[in-house]
Amino acid sequence: MNSLQELFGPVWWPYVITFSKTLGLIIAIVVPLLLGVAYLTLAERKVIGYMQVRLGPNRVTFFGIPWLGGWAQPIADALKLLVKEIIIPSGANRFLFVLAPVLSIMPAMAAWAVVPFQPELVLANVDAGLLYIMAITSMGVYGVIIAGWASNSKYAFIGAMRSAAQIVSYEIAMGFALVGVLMASHSLNLVEIVNAQQGGAGFLNWFFIPLFPLFLVYLISGVAETNRSPFDVAEGESEIVAGFHVEYSGMAFAVFFLAEYANIILVSTMCATMFLGGWLPPFNFAPFTWLPGVFWLVFKVVFIIFCFLWFRATFPRYRYDQIMRLGWKVFIPVTLVWIFVIGGLQQTRFWFWG
Amino acid sequence: MTKEKENELYSLCLCVSAVKNLNMQFQTFVFYFLSAILLFAALSVITVRNPVHSALFLVLSFFTSAGLWLLLEAEFLAITLVLVYVGAVMVLFLFVVMMLDINLDRLREGFWRGLYIGAPIAVVLVIEMALVLGGKYFGLADMPSPAAHAAGYSNTRELGSLIYTQYVYPFEIAGVILLVAIVAAIALTLRRRKDNKYQNPAKQVAVRRQDRVRLVSMPAEKRNSGR
Repeated sequence: MNSLQELFGPVWWPYVITFSKTLGLIIAIVVPLLLGVAYLTLAERKVIGYMQVRLGPNRVTFFGIPWLGGWAQPIADALKLLVKEIIIPSGANRFLFVLAPVLSIMPAMAAWAVVPFQPELVLANVDAGLLYIMAITSMGVYGVIIAGWASNSKYAFIGAMRSAAQIVSYEIAMGFALVGVLMASHSLNLVEIVNAQQGGAGFLNWFFIPLFPLFLVYLISGVAETNRSPFDVAEGESEIVAGFHVEYSGMAFAVFFLAEYANIILVSTMCATMFLGGWLPPFNFAPFTWLPGVFWLVFKVVFIIFCFLWFRATFPRYRYDQIMRLGWKVFIPVTLVWIFVIGGLQQTRFWFWG
Repeated sequence: MTKEKENELYSLCLCVSAVKNLNMQFQTFVFYFLSAILLFAALSVITVRNPVHSALFLVLSFFTSAGLWLLLEAEFLAITLVLVYVGAVMVLFLFVVMMLDINLDRLREGFWRGLYIGAPIAVVLVIEMALVLGGKYFGLADMPSPAAHAAGYSNTRELGSLIYTQYVYPFEIAGVILLVAIVAAIALTLRRRKDNKYQNPAKQVAVRRQDRVRLVSMPAEKRNSGR
């Protein structure tokens, strides 16, 4: 350590420390995230399998150990996709075709920079964290649009159009839901938003109680934003084969897949952070406070992700006009009304939160 | 104070100033890096032939200028630029550009005809830029440069309190004007076709089972024995 310090000298040494600390934190966030994405695909197939009274993947194991049946499935899938050829369709725009998957996974990863895992465990404790999350996630739509256009395919293009219109519409409802959170917590900083949900009453202090309609709107908009079933008209297999990524193969396709699942985890984490108290335990007495906060966050995130899978196994797909109606005519008025309700409630003495 | 201690203090001061210097150098580097990308992207917007590419270059230039604003400690404006322009406006713009089948040659034709409007605007822009960049010839020294902000300074909170106290009327009026513009745009473009087969989703959602399914009870019949 000392010799290293001497090598860089007193001027460069602080930079080296900051750089390596940040790099370490980034790796500590991204590697578990990618592992989580890989096993989320397995979890999805298993959960939906059980809901449909079948077993799901149960063959591929590590080193032939029988009771690990299915656990190596994501690794095998990843390997298969890695070694497959990436076919670029004739007439496609080569550069944009390759750029699109990158553009779709970049925001899904970059948004994690401001997510707090514990009071002190956050990569960048920026003041406008909530705005940053919204801005970065709104860029994910470019991957979809560019993929649809650059593929030079009608199905891909129609899928991209549907998806872009849907994402832009639901972003408004999502933004208004976040305005409610902002009003309740008096802050845009995610750490402070979680701290505002701390109190003697445990889970009764979390924002999902005063902001219940906004919580539902945010959750459902999150499903729509990630193009998940029942809002997955962008992929609609029965109408437009697979939507915007119909022309993609191999790793380029896998990157879209990764981005979708990383977005699911991100939306669930934001939901847990803003409405379900983030790292806070549900009760403030002994057995619950022993666990470190990050575990509570993971529990909540896993629960919300399970809901996502549950929705997919339960609901039939929306028709496109129904999606638009739900977004514009139901969610936006609900959020607007509830913002006024919160504003009024905060002026009375019946406001116990934040 | 002993000589040794003085020396130590001196070297510490040197070190601090060197770190400060390095910080400034890094900021300058980031500034030039972003500016180079911004200039390249902005030039590409008007020079590339493909309209989709030029819209994408516009996105890139918005994003880079958001980076420049971050460098100026205006994080709220920077993030809002990305949120509103990159996240919403340019998406719709791309939408339109992709759907229209634009004839490039026809687009090129108008270049010289538009020049007599474009050229004066360009001249005005150059004059404005000269005023800004050559500030020291126009008495910039009389204006004190803004003080650096403390560590806990929140750009967003500051903007919010200003907008809702000092500038509340201009802000509200701007909001009302935008609302009127939205209503007007919809009123101008809305056309109801008599012959379309519109389904009312509210009615569809409200449908109950008894509206659609009729349970009929029929008496059991004897099996046909003639078969």
